[in-house]
Amino acid sequence: MAHLTPTPVLEPAQDRTMILNMGPQHPSTHGVLRVLLEIDGENIVRLMPDIGYLHTGIEKTCEAKFYQQVVPLTDRIDYLCPLTNNLCYVLAVEKLLGLEIPPKAQWLRVLLNELTRINSHLVWLGTHALDIGAMTVFLYCFREREEILKIFEMVSGQRMMTSYFRVGGIALEPPLGFFDRVRDFAGYFPEKVDEYEDLLTGNPIWMMRTKGVARITAEDAIALGATGPTLRGSGVDIDLRRDMPYSSYEKFQFKVPVSQEGDVFARYICRVQELRESIGIVRQALDGMPEGPIKADAPGVVLPDRERMKTQMESLIYHFKIITEGFAVPAGEVYQAVESPRGEMGYYIVSDGTAKPYRVHMRSACFANLQTLSKMCEGKLIADVVAAIGSIDIVLGEIDR
Amino acid sequence: MPLPPPITDLEELKNHPAIARVLGWNRQAIESAKFDRDEMTIILDRSAIREACALLKEDPACPFDFLSDVTCGDWYPAEPRFEVVYHLLSIPNKERVRLKVRLNSSSPAVDSITAVWPGANYFEREVYDLFGVRFNGHPHLRRILMPEDWEGHPLRKDYPVEGYR
Repeated sequence: MAHLTPTPVLEPAQDRTMILNMGPQHPSTHGVLRVLLEIDGENIVRLMPDIGYLHTGIEKTCEAKFYQQVVPLTDRIDYLCPLTNNLCYVLAVEKLLGLEIPPKAQWLRVLLNELTRINSHLVWLGTHALDIGAMTVFLYCFREREEILKIFEMVSGQRMMTSYFRVGGIALEPPLGFFDRVRDFAGYFPEKVDEYEDLLTGNPIWMMRTKGVARITAEDAIALGATGPTLRGSGVDIDLRRDMPYSSYEKFQFKVPVSQEGDVFARYICRVQELRESIGIVRQALDGMPEGPIKADAPGVVLPDRERMKTQMESLIYHFKIITEGFAVPAGEVYQAVESPRGEMGYYIVSDGTAKPYRVHMRSACFANLQTLSKMCEGKLIADVVAAIGSIDIVLGEIDR
Repeated sequence: MPLPPPITDLEELKNHPAIARVLGWNRQAIESAKFDRDEMTIILDRSAIREACALLKEDPACPFDFLSDVTCGDWYPAEPRFEVVYHLLSIPNKERVRLKVRLNSSSPAVDSITAVWPGANYFEREVYDLFGVRFNGHPHLRRILMPEDWEGHPLRKDYPVEGYR
């Protein structure tokens, strides 16, 4: 096509520099990220991320599905925190519909979202440490992550692609023994975080590889659209859970960890502190779990109870209609953002009044965070690129969608 | 719970920080505004977007200092066909506002806001890639998710979900 600029081939700008291609198949890029580096000896002159290898057109697919059929698609955007994406999507649709969600469903959503955050941070911590050369942490992190995945399997039937939330509530009551199992986990998990910290936080090798590396200032981070721990690691105190609460987060007490240095170590400390705060929220959710229904009273939107379908004709009709025709959503548009483990995950949904969304756009936190990589690495050493990529915690599924 | 009807009267909305700021600058820049489901949408004149963004970013009372998102909607076959949507966030005031510009289907183009927020770079490239909307003054406008030699813009409504075969 005529208006396309030619394929970008990064040409060395000077005689002494050369181009180094990193990825898309590279163990430390956490997926299929390709990075083009222009290097002068060991120093990086220019860095250019190249993305799109995992693009699956999820936004386009959503436009062809009923509102309830989009939920499983949202799992597949960010495979490390599917429940966060489920939550953000259903909150957006509920906002379009003007639905009120029962307290128990909201608290369960919070509980599961914080477990998801822990799960995601554990994968990040394990792989990030592995990239920098600390093998043990990886094994420890995956040990605890396994228990969280088993909890997810118990509650939703799936370890990773949970699809547990529904527009108007959650899919099922949690099974017997679920709360005890979560309570056990919340009981021993803080000790495990101490274990990770024993291995890393005071470790001189870890500090040398992370302190002062890939620094970014607060102004740059804001200007480049960074969110989440990438932004809080640079000293900007914002967390959507506290500042623009959703799903009853205003009823929970937690601190928002902020570090000032803006380097890899600062982002590491922010996330490790978040692990502790999240388990605190899980414990509060367990202690204060309200009683009551788990689905909103909205016939025609929320699937009816199976028992009632056997005796009441209307329930059966509603069930049939929701499954075959979906439910119409009043025309309008909403932008709903939640604090995902990686930052601001936002869903912009436009409805034209039919049963299928007119437009679903996912504002991906990693997509914006990745822009900070050039700023972090240019002028620095090539060995630190791996630490920088790890520290912004990218998930390519979310970037490419 | 029935939804309250949207408010579209500019007189009623003029106390919102973003609207007050743009009205104080240029009354003609606002085409219309809507307050619906607790969210403020301002539809701006296409030529005003860059200056309006710079203005809102520097607002002393309520600085919309963070660009959350840039995306686009396609209202094919209606005209103006494209709606470029900007979501701004005020980190100090915890306030959001949505800005929109409408573009016609023949060579849709709008000023880039990368000069105001460098972070708009990827978002604008994505809109260019998937909708074919050009951003004037963008430093690096080329495809970002699709391959360089891809034909067509997949998120347009006249592009089939299964693609062309």
